[in-house]
This record gives sequence, C-alpha cells and structure tokens, in this order.
Amino acid sequence: MHELSIAESILDIAATEAATHRAAAVTAIKIRLGDFTGVVREALEFAFEIARQGTIAASATLEIERVPLRTRCPACEMPGASGYCFICERCGTPLEILSGREMQLESIEMAEEEEVTWIASP
Amino acid sequence: MDRVSVVTDIRQANQNAARENRTLFDKHGSCVINLMSAPGAGKTSVLEATIREIAPSYKVAVIEGDLETTFDSDRIRALGVEAHQITTGSVCHLDARMVAKALASFPTDGVDLLVIENVGNLVCPAEFNLGEDLRVMVYSVVEGAEKPKKYPLMFHTSDVVLLNKIDLLPYSGVALSELLRNVVEVNPRAAIFPISCRTGQGLEGWIAWLMNELKSRRSEALSISKT
Repeated sequence: MHELSIAESILDIAATEAATHRAAAVTAIKIRLGDFTGVVREALEFAFEIARQGTIAASATLEIERVPLRTRCPACEMPGASGYCFICERCGTPLEILSGREMQLESIEMAEEEEVTWIASP
Repeated sequence: MDRVSVVTDIRQANQNAARENRTLFDKHGSCVINLMSAPGAGKTSVLEATIREIAPSYKVAVIEGDLETTFDSDRIRALGVEAHQITTGSVCHLDARMVAKALASFPTDGVDLLVIENVGNLVCPAEFNLGEDLRVMVYSVVEGAEKPKKYPLMFHTSDVVLLNKIDLLPYSGVALSELLRNVVEVNPRAAIFPISCRTGQGLEGWIAWLMNELKSRRSEALSISKT
C-alpha cells in the first residue's frame, strides 16, 4: 500500500501551491498516471480519500488521466508491441520507453476565501 | 475558482532525498546496492553468501529494512559486518528519507560496499529510488515462470536479477528456460545469474560480476582523485 505515500506526496505539493496562492481550499487535483508504474489507480483513489482528511484539500476531487505504455526501438524505430516485451521484434535491440512511467501532477484548482464561505453556507 | 497548472513529478520529494543520499555515498566512495525481492526469495541468504566472498577484500556494511524484528540484521552482524536495522512498522518499502535518517546514525565513510536490503515486496520498492548505484533483485524460481510479466516493474528497473533456489527446480515444475525468456523480455539489459544459496551453485558468476564492478569503481575513483 505505497499508494498512501503517493497520495501524501500529492497532497504535500497541493498544500504548498495553496499556500503560495493564499488559497483557502484546494477543490480539485489532476494527475497523469502511467500504466507502467507500481501504482494501482483504485488503491490511489482510496488512499487519497483517507489522506485528504483534515488537510486544505479535505473536499478535493482527484482526477486521474491514464497514460498508456508506449515503446519504440532506438535502432530501427519500430514501435513496440503491447505487453511487457522490451525487445524489438524486428532487430532485437532493447526498446526505449516513450510514455507510461509518468506520475505527474498536472493542475490544481483552488478556491478563494469568499468562495469557501459561499460553499459552506448555501 | 482558480486552476493552476503545476507540472511536477509526484516522486520529486523522494528524488530530492535520493540525490542527497547519492552525494553522501559519492563523497564516501561507497558503491550502494538496493537489494529487492518478494518475501522469502532469499535476499538475506544472498547477502550472507556475498559478504563471505567480498568482505575479505572490501569493507561492507548493511542497512536492513523490515516491517518488524531484527532477525536479518542479527544474521549479518554474526558475520562480523556492521548492520543497521530500519523497522518500517507497516510501510511496505524503504524510501530515500528513511535511508537518510538511518545514515545520520550509521556512518558509512570508508565503506566500499553498502547493501540496503529492502522490505520484502515485489511491487512497491521498485518505485522508490534510494540513491543507489545498482539495483539487484532476487527472485526465487519456485515463484513461477510467469511473474516477470505479472510484476514487470521491479524486473525492468533492476541491473542484476539473481534467480535463486535453482536446486528446487526439479520439484517446482518451473522450466528455467521459460523463466529466463520472460526475464530477458522484460529487461534485456539485466545481468542474470541462476544461483542456489543452499548449494552454492552459480554464485561464483555473481560474485565475479560484483567484484569486477567494485574494482572498476575503485580504479575510477582513484583516477578522479589523481586528476
């Protein structure tokens, strides 16, 4: 369950940004998550729900954009097939990874002081 | 509402801590191995066998990561090698900050080879850089031939894959050729050594590889200090 450490890292970065922008709350966080990372999407969503409690992002949503694993041969430029084979089918060269290792924060939505008051008392 | 674009690697905090560890290791001239595997694959047995061969020529130290107990560090100390135990409680992997904290009370200056034995886990440790030079993975052949494809990340990010317990192959129903093919497909760059810590079979290949690595690092360090 290292997804909890990942969720905490996301919230740490969000809290720093919120402080920089003097925001009252973080309302949404968007991340890009590669298929070839050791992170399970559902586990991360669950961990995020727990980790956000009591933070400036307590009511924030987490949007996860999935990034597929893409590979290519650096020698003959043949794209790699799907599945975890990192050898070029045509020339036998080890493939390079083009995408799929991403674990990246993309954007954060924040609310100003008055907006929070408005949300709190509709 | 304000939407702010913040393109940041989520692993950044760990990467920064890993870089600081790396600077310290370089200053001390230590070669650092991050030793990883599933629970029970034989990390500590590999380590014992490696220490027996390496320790006469090089100064070795070990940092042990476990959820609980000091069994592993006790086994290492019994060989006359200094060991520091990190018990993570419930955390399933070591991260760079835990290692940095251990290094504060476990000085490694003068250590040629520092082995950090990670928590037994086939998934999580692969995502956390500790500042190591080499990732060495131990895989027990009885775990099956298909695991490299099921848990590809650790295999893919390792520099060395030690296929342990080959003495059990006749009882396991696992074809070594199929396992080797899967490991090579997931990581064509890895050095792969089928070994048995119990019988000693194949260990000489791994030890020779490591000795060579340590030797070339030492001569590299000497040539840098001369210039």
